[in-house]
Amino acid sequence: MSKKLMKGNEALAEAMIRAGCDAYFGYPITPQSEVIEYLSREATNRTGMVVLQAESEVAAINMIYGSAASGRRVMTTSSSPGISLMQEGLSYIAAAELPCLVANINRGGPGLGTIQPSQGDYFQATKGGGHGDYHLIVLAPSSVQEMVDYTKLGFELAEKYRCPTMLLADGAIGQMMEKVELFEQMPRKTEFPDWATTGKPKNGDRRIITSLFIQPEKMEQINLGLQRKYREIEKNEVRFQTINTEDAEYIFTGFGLGARICTKAMESGRAKGYKIGVVRPQTLYPFPVEIYNQLSKKVKGILDVEMNAGQMVEDVRLAVRGNTRVEFYGRMGGIIATPDEILEYFEKMFL
Amino acid sequence: MAEEEKDFIFSDICVEENLVYRKPVTLTDTELHYCPGCGHGVAHKILMEVVDEMGIQNEVIGVAPVGCSVFAYHYMNVDMQEAAHGRACAVATGIKRVQPDKFVFTYQGDGDLAAIGTAETIHAANRGENFLIVFINNGVYGMTSGQMAPTTLPGMVTTTSPFGRDVKVQGHPLKIADLVASLPGAAYVTRQSVHKPVNVRKAKKTFQKAFEYQKRGLGTCLVEIVSNCPSNWKMTPLESNKFVEDKMIPFYPLGDLKVPEGK
Repeated sequence: MSKKLMKGNEALAEAMIRAGCDAYFGYPITPQSEVIEYLSREATNRTGMVVLQAESEVAAINMIYGSAASGRRVMTTSSSPGISLMQEGLSYIAAAELPCLVANINRGGPGLGTIQPSQGDYFQATKGGGHGDYHLIVLAPSSVQEMVDYTKLGFELAEKYRCPTMLLADGAIGQMMEKVELFEQMPRKTEFPDWATTGKPKNGDRRIITSLFIQPEKMEQINLGLQRKYREIEKNEVRFQTINTEDAEYIFTGFGLGARICTKAMESGRAKGYKIGVVRPQTLYPFPVEIYNQLSKKVKGILDVEMNAGQMVEDVRLAVRGNTRVEFYGRMGGIIATPDEILEYFEKMFL
Repeated sequence: MAEEEKDFIFSDICVEENLVYRKPVTLTDTELHYCPGCGHGVAHKILMEVVDEMGIQNEVIGVAPVGCSVFAYHYMNVDMQEAAHGRACAVATGIKRVQPDKFVFTYQGDGDLAAIGTAETIHAANRGENFLIVFINNGVYGMTSGQMAPTTLPGMVTTTSPFGRDVKVQGHPLKIADLVASLPGAAYVTRQSVHKPVNVRKAKKTFQKAFEYQKRGLGTCLVEIVSNCPSNWKMTPLESNKFVEDKMIPFYPLGDLKVPEGK
């Protein structure tokens, strides 16, 4: 296994190639344009992977639809305003049960906002995002290494459940450089699932990929099927990390970069004698409800830290069910909280 | 005529050597939902006849639009994908780029292709995406029951241009086939109709040419069918075909707008 110093966005692109991705369609947007630049240089020569710069994010996600419905391993990446443009396509992809991977290198919003990092798209990512009742599986990398690992995992989950999957990172993780261990090149697929439109089989029925079921009874059945799948995902795919929770009296929690800052703040707090632990959801959907609920029965309080106005904290509060006090500390607009200000806030609120 | 007599005659006549027409295997048995007199049925049929005659049923992937032909996949007996409104050319790009050896087509109406999907259409053709775009232009939004389309003629009455399309207020009809023909990536652009048998035969030939060009990898092919909409034009099928002849075709003249070099 080779270890390399890589930028988050480039590590993501390299992992995409190595995961045997068949096609990437994207549109440049800061702070993730390195992905399409890296792929344009590297991908096609190495694996024959299709890399195409679309005319818009709207077109890109619909190209993803076409390739995913062809049974291929496909991915797109963008940042917040571009991800908003993809929501229509994601709703169709979720409804048609097509596997694909989408990375959102979250920047500050709303609107054109700022190009600096943010976690303001948590609601959009985890609650559906487009129209209708659906979910994406959402993974939250907090390091360049996890950009690599979750790309591979993301493809696997997307294909296992025929469910669009999102990596929700932020501009800082996309731009930062860290040492990463890359997995070996995987072969691209040569066989495709039965449901994929690869030309009507000579002795079989034609395949139809659609999200249109005009009869309400049928559409309800489609919805019930999706919900059964989401319950299955909630049962099987919850992932989280805990640090120093065994003796903890307080919990700091956050995701992605926010969780790293929480960890630093926890260490400073421990040095001052506070018994603090950290919970970091690695899957934002499915959300790790149980661990919060368990810990809420024994800790004195939870401080949720995010780079937004308080989004994941709503899920934390639901999970805690009033068992313990939950406070929130967030910075917005591309500002990243420091460990010191988090600890200061903790001391003010809880001690 | 007695029952036995009828049976006798049918079984006598219905033999292979007397066969003059058979529904192609590329059309399903599903009853069409289109209104009586609508051009969609004919356009579906000749497109699928070409697929059948070329023997490419197992190598075709079609993309249905949003609009009246949203259910094209109920009738066309080939692998199909249903695209979001206007996105058929992007979806087809995704299909063709990963399956370059397959035949790919989109089937779209004027609202889908020339209003909400203009960007996808123009850019697919500009990249020379190697697929066929079938464009049914009847100058009106059919499925949503009669609103103005980008191709509605000046002065034409629709539910959203109740006093006739005023180009100063509602803009001009968009001749998108002409636009596409101006792009280097477009290989073959032609405008046809299906309102008369002679035109049906001509239109069918253009589909065949388009698939042949696709096989040769020449680039984007667009076949526009100037068609009718009896229901929303508030006309009988015959009247609507006369409107096609008298009003639509003078504005959207039939014929090739672009042919591959050396053809």
